[in-house]
Amino acid sequence: MPTPDQATRVVQEPPASSLPPADAPRRLSRTAWVLLGLSALVLASVALFLTWGVDGHWDFALPRRLEQVAALAVVGTAIAVSTVVFQTLTHNRILTPSIMGFDALYALFATVLVFVLGSAAVETMNPWVMFSSTTVLLLVGATALYRWMLGDGSRGLYTLVLMGVIAGTLFGSVQGFLVRIMDPNEFDSLLDQLLPSFGDLDTSVLALAAALMVTGVVLAFRLAPTLDVLTLGRERAVTLGVDYRRTVTRLLMLVALLVAVATALVGPVTFLGLLVANLAYQVTRTHRHVVTMVAASLIAVVALVLGQALLQHVLHFNATLGSIINLVGGVYFILLILREARA
Amino acid sequence: MIAVDNLTKSYGPATVVDGVSLQLPQTGITSIIGPNGAGKSTLLSMITRILGADAGTVTVDGVDVFASPGKKVARLLSVLRQDTSMTARITVRELVEFGRFPHSGGRLTPECRAAVDEALAYCDLTELESRPIHELSGGQRQRAFVAMVLAQDTRYVLLDEPLNNLDMAHATGVMRLLRRLAEERGKSIVLVLHDINYASAHSDRIIAMRDGAVVHDGPPESVITPHALHEVYGMEFTVHRIEGDWIAAYYR
Repeated sequence: MPTPDQATRVVQEPPASSLPPADAPRRLSRTAWVLLGLSALVLASVALFLTWGVDGHWDFALPRRLEQVAALAVVGTAIAVSTVVFQTLTHNRILTPSIMGFDALYALFATVLVFVLGSAAVETMNPWVMFSSTTVLLLVGATALYRWMLGDGSRGLYTLVLMGVIAGTLFGSVQGFLVRIMDPNEFDSLLDQLLPSFGDLDTSVLALAAALMVTGVVLAFRLAPTLDVLTLGRERAVTLGVDYRRTVTRLLMLVALLVAVATALVGPVTFLGLLVANLAYQVTRTHRHVVTMVAASLIAVVALVLGQALLQHVLHFNATLGSIINLVGGVYFILLILREARA
Repeated sequence: MIAVDNLTKSYGPATVVDGVSLQLPQTGITSIIGPNGAGKSTLLSMITRILGADAGTVTVDGVDVFASPGKKVARLLSVLRQDTSMTARITVRELVEFGRFPHSGGRLTPECRAAVDEALAYCDLTELESRPIHELSGGQRQRAFVAMVLAQDTRYVLLDEPLNNLDMAHATGVMRLLRRLAEERGKSIVLVLHDINYASAHSDRIIAMRDGAVVHDGPPESVITPHALHEVYGMEFTVHRIEGDWIAAYYR
């Protein structure tokens, strides 16, 4: 039997190498194949997106499109990782962070901004100021909300989620009230912000968002083994040495950061996380978060890039990416609920 | 040694565990018996940090359970919970590997693999190692969780009603396994049991609780007596000596 001291040294390695090397060859090769296949899909969809209908204007089209791909990757990864983490914390595969009142908080913030400053001021605001203030507000708001909800840690996670739903409804009602007494022209401009859009991105903001996203995702991967243990449930995690309350608080803040980044960048994209997380569980069939988080991120990037390509070249911008995601995601959500009800 | 000092837990006006102080030994099997609502499981949950205590302290070999880092405590003390249901789709081997988490933080070392192999073999699970947990029978699943606790390799192993829902063959199998662990590995096994005759046949020491307090504490021959059992359960028992064991009859 090993002594504890020998075994406590944890070596940080890149995610892929932490898969079990020898004990499950069939499963390992399956996981490897799935991740390889998804990576190939990412490359193919990005290549398609970059080259579709360029017509020789390469020096104009390529930088602009690369920028869009980067934005889609940042948003996709942030949404995918945050949803997987959130679903592990709640032990529920049809919940997304937006149920904790996230989207509603964002909508409220955007509405208050337009209501107080007027649409003209908001539209001409420095994108850095806009992005940072939105991210910070969402992060602070969500963290304060969680601190208060978590209390002394004796409330269960379901109570927490319920309080999130109530908070979301409250934010939604206040926002609805503001919209009702708002000037119709102002509301028109507000609508642009409330609907997710990948069209008008600012590169400087994108770099900041990418940095925040990478920070959050690295933290999530460092906590992946702990997330694996959390799938066993609170009690077993505690008996295996997870400091439950501290860990959950940390992970919820991580989720808050990632969702804040994605939402501040493009607006609320609720269903994407649900869609990609569940597809990832289906294709990987493993409880290991290192694998599911990578797979979900890859699927998210594919979905967003293909969706955007479709939007530009087939629908000719006659819809938004958000509405496509919500259409596909909504149908999938209903299928999920039907399947859960039957099982 | 696990030292429990003045441990108390109340839910509103109801005090479930009322200032319990006791010491659990470094080796051997200790059973905790008592009627429903006596506070046995609550006591075990507090010792194992699953439940916070209102007052009192627990130290394991001098380590304060409530104030120390989780992993440090998890290398001293492992727990088998009553509930062996499992929603995650994991195999027997993956479950047992979780037992190494306090040691390796999720990245298995060669020593970890050896410990997992050994735990699987010890519990006769080597052939079942790649089966998903949810496909196993109740007895097999219980053994898989015992193997996980084994892989955790702690001096103290606490089990909350490990014989629940097991037939006689499986229950006796689990008790023999625990006996072997105590004798061959020198571990200290603490169990909450409802079947007082299993407690009598396999324990070195029995702690009897009632209304949140310890009312009897000693070797089986001093606790499995008509008088002591009547005090604990409030009903009549006759106790027979059968092949060296004190067996209580209470069926009629």
